[in-house]
Amino acid sequence: MFDSTTINMLIEGTLATIYMTLASTFLGYLLGLPMGIVLTVTDKDGIKPNGFIYKVLDFIANTVRSIPFLILMILLIPLSRFLIGKSYGSTATIVTLVVAAAPYIARMVESSLKEVDAGVIEAARSMGASDFDIIFKVMLVEARTSLIVGATITLGTILGYSAMAGTLGGGGLGDIAVRYGYHRYDAVIMGITVIILIILFQIFQTIGMAIASGLDRRK
Amino acid sequence: MSEIEVRHLTKTFEQKGIVVEALKDINLNIESGDIYGIIGMSGAGKSTLVRCLNYLEKPTDGQVIVAGQDLGTLSEKELRKQRSDIAMIFQHFNLLMQKSVLDNICFPLLIQKVDKQAAKERARELLKIVGLAEKEKAYPAQLSGGQKQRVAIARALASNPRILLCDEATSALDPQTTGSILELLKNINSDLGITIVIITHQMAVIREICNKVAIIDGGVMVENGLVENIFNHPKSQAARELILRDLPELSENVKVTELPERIQTDRKIRIVFSENSAFEPVIANMILRFNTPVNILRANTKNVGGYAKGEMILGLPDDRHLQVDIENYLREKGLEIEEVTGDV
Repeated sequence: MFDSTTINMLIEGTLATIYMTLASTFLGYLLGLPMGIVLTVTDKDGIKPNGFIYKVLDFIANTVRSIPFLILMILLIPLSRFLIGKSYGSTATIVTLVVAAAPYIARMVESSLKEVDAGVIEAARSMGASDFDIIFKVMLVEARTSLIVGATITLGTILGYSAMAGTLGGGGLGDIAVRYGYHRYDAVIMGITVIILIILFQIFQTIGMAIASGLDRRK
Repeated sequence: MSEIEVRHLTKTFEQKGIVVEALKDINLNIESGDIYGIIGMSGAGKSTLVRCLNYLEKPTDGQVIVAGQDLGTLSEKELRKQRSDIAMIFQHFNLLMQKSVLDNICFPLLIQKVDKQAAKERARELLKIVGLAEKEKAYPAQLSGGQKQRVAIARALASNPRILLCDEATSALDPQTTGSILELLKNINSDLGITIVIITHQMAVIREICNKVAIIDGGVMVENGLVENIFNHPKSQAARELILRDLPELSENVKVTELPERIQTDRKIRIVFSENSAFEPVIANMILRFNTPVNILRANTKNVGGYAKGEMILGLPDDRHLQVDIENYLREKGLEIEEVTGDV
């Protein structure tokens, strides 16, 4: 049905998409997880309230999240050039994806950590736990199921963003879909990329949820 | 020596610009080996008070002195160390839901940098003490309320505390489980010599295990002393209400429908039986002697601090002379009586 070039292109596109999604999620968590922790801890009901720090991070998170992804990509072209040396291709897209994902992840983490029962934190405090103990031995452990569910949702969102990045030469399946489906009216190739995206999303979702529920000891 | 000394403790909260005085000039002296009850209606400030005892809440004014150490003078780090001496259990147990029973008990030890293996051994010992040796691998979600509280008690005991604070520890449990948890606390007090402070709104808990009690009402300590004395001679309105509310015989619907009508016109007196008098048929003899019925509105005898104690509320006949005679008769028999006003 297809020649080997087309098949190779689809395989490469799929791998590029997986690479972008996983790398961006990972790097996004490197920034977003600490940011979410700090947001939780410094909030007025947190274990170390600090209005200034909270408001600054809150403002950053809201600002980045309020910029549509497509526009953020254009805005970040200079940053990609500075960090990677070019503004197109999969690796350059990761820069944009990380910037877009980090505040989103921070909010996810914040909402997960806030679910942790205040009574359990108080109990830990009554045993002489430090703030560090409370964050790393109580909050992150008690919230782990919710954190993993959050990571699964994030992965899905970033997968979608990575496809969107294809319109600006981002590489991966989105790029193929735009070039073939939009510029050449090749509905078949576009259909295939959509099917691959759906399958990838299902795989991420299934694995993530299985890990989350496997680690949950509340039932 | 006094284990916990509270001097002129005051705590105020500020909510949206309004200053709320949660505790006003509280003074307490809890001796080593006491089971000290702090009782009050909800909102009285007792939970805030117990959190001041380990400085989870910092008092606005006044001092908390634990084993000679003024908690207010300690640095954050010294305070954390001091807290391993003052364990606490809670109404909703507050166990780590994602950790096994054994890991929950190890938790305070690992925070204090105890070796992992040593912590596990200690945790197993404690599980035996609380009677849950076979549950070490279980997770809190698989346990009943009483079992969860036992795990919480084991966890509290892990760091060999001198003091155990109990914040409404039995309020979420059924009466039978409450009994067994109180029994466990009693044993911990006598066997391990741990001073226990119990916050509760249930007089039955105080009656069951405390030797001393403080009554908190509206942020003020209205009365304190030996449980026996407070039960026999409650001076404050709050104490009387708490004692009356505790009488279990009266079911809700009787309270609202039948009683008020019958009581209203009557003179009501409260009789306290002490020492042996509860076994004499005083009331029966009184009725025979005066040849008049009295209305027994409430009656209750219980075991307080090892003595058979009792109290009864009588509605006397309307005849004023008869009332005086009856009261004199009861006094002659060595009973303490006092007039009861308002709704019983």
